[in-house]
Amino acid sequence: MHIPDGFLTAQTWVPAWLLSAGGIGFCVNRAKKAMQDRAVPLMGVMAAFIFAAQMVNFPVLGGTSGHLLGGVLAAVLLGPFAGAIVIACVLVIQCLVFQDGGLTALGANILNMAVIGTMGGYGMYRLMRGRSRDHRRILFATAVASWFSVVLASGACALELAFSKTSPLHVVLPVMLGIHALIGIGEGVATALIVGFVLKVRPDLVHLLSNRNGVERQLEQGDTALNGQGGQS
Amino acid sequence: MKKKDMLWGLLVALAVAIFLSPFASSWPDGLEWVAEVHGFLSKGEGTPVLSSPIPDYILPGIPNDMLATSLAGILGTLIVFGLGYGVACLLKRRNS
Repeated sequence: MHIPDGFLTAQTWVPAWLLSAGGIGFCVNRAKKAMQDRAVPLMGVMAAFIFAAQMVNFPVLGGTSGHLLGGVLAAVLLGPFAGAIVIACVLVIQCLVFQDGGLTALGANILNMAVIGTMGGYGMYRLMRGRSRDHRRILFATAVASWFSVVLASGACALELAFSKTSPLHVVLPVMLGIHALIGIGEGVATALIVGFVLKVRPDLVHLLSNRNGVERQLEQGDTALNGQGGQS
Repeated sequence: MKKKDMLWGLLVALAVAIFLSPFASSWPDGLEWVAEVHGFLSKGEGTPVLSSPIPDYILPGIPNDMLATSLAGILGTLIVFGLGYGVACLLKRRNS
């Protein structure tokens, strides 16, 4: 749902830029407080993987297609703030290098998918997961939250289109929500499969699962000591 | 996450870009489909504000579209990896 130039009027895309800048600024502030050494390469890998996965459109009923958004995927592994930053990185490169999403609409796209979609989706994930460390519950929460994040982002997109008078709200909101409720099923299945794989091979990479994993922590501390970069925060 | 894990992860991302992206569905995405059905697709078809070097994920100058898409995918994956890693380094530095 990358909005191109021309869909939004200046009275929409200017405030959207400001809101997304504020949202990402907030995420930067929060993310840097919780930043661990191990998260640095993981952020690079997640950004790269989500970019690649977003290139793979899958067909959806009725002649339309969807692709992974990856917001909840990034947030489940990295936490909501670093997750939103990762999605923003992907959107910036897609816009500047690949003309996917307009430059004027970049603020709105970051607002919808990185800020609202990713953080809203993560909120749903936490709500459903609670404090559980049970893999099946984590995966169920991941799937539902991923679906929700896509629908939520599409709702925000519809509001912006309506605010720009591109299409009336009573028309664009239900169709955007409807088609993305379908596309979101793909998001839910794909994200649960990927997180399921990570839980199997490297459960320590899942945000909020790593902190009690003593072995991994020791390994990581050994790593940092070897690299001579000081202690882990 | 250690160096070896990072390389594996990057390899998986590159594999997706190289081998899966050429087979992506070319049907319109959700927003495009809505725009088409509700008659506002043309609003987005003017000249873009910024002309990008690799529009639509097809590397210019390559005769085969699938190859051009794979190559665009490799470039994009590496650029995004660099940006993500760089941003993470900055976050880390400001933290310590």
